[in-house]
Amino acid sequence: MNWNRRDVLKGLGGIPILGAVWWAGAHHAVAKNRKRSEILQQLNIQPSLPSTVQKLTGEPVRVGIIGFGIRGEQLCRSLGFATPEWMEEMRLAAEEDPKHSALKDYLNQEKLNVQLVAVCDVFDYRAEKAVAAFTSDQNKVKRYANYLEMLDSGDVDAVIIATPDHWHAPMAIDALNRNIHAYVEKPMTHTIEETYRLKEAAEKSKAVLMVGHQHRQTLSFQTAQDIIEKGVLGHVSLIQTNTNRNDDNGAWNYDIHESASEQTIDWEQFLGSAPKVPFNKNHFFRWRKWWSYGSGLSGDLLTHDYDRLNCVLNMGIPNSVMASGGIYTHNDGRNVPDVLQANMEFSDFSTGSSQIPGKEKGMTFVYSATLGNGFSRPTILMGHDGTMELGNRLTIWPDGRSTKYAEMLENEKMNPRVPIYQYDPGASVPDAVSSATSQYFADKGLMWTYINGARVDSTFLHLREWLSATRNGGKVSCGIQEGFDEAIAAHMTGVSYKLGRRIEWDREQQKIVPIEGIDFDQVLLDNNEVWKPQMPELAES
Amino acid sequence: MLLLRISFIACSELIKTTEMTNTKGLWQIRHTVVLLRILIGWHFLYEGVIKVYNPDWTSFGYLATAQGPLKPFFLTLTQDPFLGIADSLNCIALIVVGLTLITGIFERIGAMVGVLLLAMYYLAHPSFPWLQQVNVEGSYWFVNKNLIELVACILLYQFPTGQYFGLSSIWKKKNKLTEKEAI
Repeated sequence: MNWNRRDVLKGLGGIPILGAVWWAGAHHAVAKNRKRSEILQQLNIQPSLPSTVQKLTGEPVRVGIIGFGIRGEQLCRSLGFATPEWMEEMRLAAEEDPKHSALKDYLNQEKLNVQLVAVCDVFDYRAEKAVAAFTSDQNKVKRYANYLEMLDSGDVDAVIIATPDHWHAPMAIDALNRNIHAYVEKPMTHTIEETYRLKEAAEKSKAVLMVGHQHRQTLSFQTAQDIIEKGVLGHVSLIQTNTNRNDDNGAWNYDIHESASEQTIDWEQFLGSAPKVPFNKNHFFRWRKWWSYGSGLSGDLLTHDYDRLNCVLNMGIPNSVMASGGIYTHNDGRNVPDVLQANMEFSDFSTGSSQIPGKEKGMTFVYSATLGNGFSRPTILMGHDGTMELGNRLTIWPDGRSTKYAEMLENEKMNPRVPIYQYDPGASVPDAVSSATSQYFADKGLMWTYINGARVDSTFLHLREWLSATRNGGKVSCGIQEGFDEAIAAHMTGVSYKLGRRIEWDREQQKIVPIEGIDFDQVLLDNNEVWKPQMPELAES
Repeated sequence: MLLLRISFIACSELIKTTEMTNTKGLWQIRHTVVLLRILIGWHFLYEGVIKVYNPDWTSFGYLATAQGPLKPFFLTLTQDPFLGIADSLNCIALIVVGLTLITGIFERIGAMVGVLLLAMYYLAHPSFPWLQQVNVEGSYWFVNKNLIELVACILLYQFPTGQYFGLSSIWKKKNKLTEKEAI
């Protein structure tokens, strides 16, 4: 057989093309990987691993729930107690959308060694619902008419407080004074005065206090701590964090239950220390809209954002706060603002510097909120060397004028438009969130975290850490110090909004710098939309 | 550079072959088909090689955002253990299509695998007007580039050209005598 040059080239002509394409593909991919690992090596970020928690051994912890409303039900689920109604609702949701995994996640949740033995709710329907849902052969649930009866019964080791804000501190203090462990929802307190009383009670008590900022369990925030410590961003001078909601649920206009009446609700007990007003369903179900029971954007939602950043930066209480806003989107009788901007100054704070010592110091934390627009504005930390977007995912971009990355930028190994680091622990999990409000919390990393690619409810982790500390000791991630910072920062913002003045913190004295003739707590609790100055000298100023 | 030089010589040779074997015109349909075959092979091979050399590559994002009637099927693929299998199969299939179409041997098998792959890509993100198009760079109404490439693969299946340009031609020359006898 004769093979001429043409035959060979016709037969094997494809081989060099094959070689060229293969070489180009491999070269491109390998070069990209090399560039990436060079950057990662320089950044040296260690993604956090989930912390290990000592198991709850021995007799089950006997838990009582105070307040079985929306949040109370969620907390019970995280504890391992879901109502049959919710399970059915989630089963139907999963039938409709296979990505809806709430029920599956709940059933896969680790079982905690707890018993839910007591419930206290001033609304009969809710208390009875809890008793009916959670009573079984292994678990007897008793309803108490009053939280003090529950605390004095000797039947509970720990309580979860998920009531309106004005009940948080009184209940937590009474529990801690009896050495009963307390998990209290945010904001930790409703007034400045009770913040100090709760601090004293927590420090004296043998019991463990946990404040319900569950996002402290989110792995991306723990990784963000490492990023800040390694100086990846350089000196952070500005933080922007936001609330963007545009739905009834997000604006606290919750459903009013059909069976609600003066006969089914213990109105006097609900009011507690709040001004005596006639029975009002709107106030009962939508209490977050009035200063008497709630704390508006500053206590309700700013606290999430403030504590998220305090968890990452540990910056403490701001030197000063200036806030402004108004009721611009839901003029429905509420007296808390629905648009709020707060500027917190941390003039002595620094996350480290890549420039000459002393050049950079101080940071402003800007919180910007509206309940009239749902456009998602991310949380951004702006440093001299880089910018970080913080949520369940983390993304870092180098700054075009960075000192630290100047060489890499010049060699085009980095580009200000291309992220140098991305952390997305949930990348292999498809999510479906049910409502606009849940999406808001999910994006911020407030609802769940990801462990080994599986979605884990961060409230479950937070409760588990608290319960473990009640048995095994150890520090909790959101104890009295973190709660104190959160409550004072929120109250300073509330007071500043109401007075339209700068409110300052005295770090030495550990108290808010007084303004002559003004009782800050009176200002906070005042129910007028705009604080009316009562002192003549203030009116003049 | 050497590889490119060899490719250039090979292409010149292909044109010369055309000139010599074709008395009706310089460029015949089969030559266009050879070119189409090599370009499609090139496209598939490059996609496959890029994925093989990137240890972090996964089809998760593509599958998780799937739309259309087969959405549940593609979502199932995003779960363990299917995702790993889908990723590996995709890489292997891309490279098989690339190798067979470029080298011109077993090209009909390659073309069929290509049709299957493209059908999957099309169905995962069909260009139906009632679906929101995500991550697409053009405007499409039912027909998109995947569908066109799919039909081109059918053509390659029906019109094998490996015996004109490709490893099959060596096989063909070896069996020339036998073929003649058969005719």
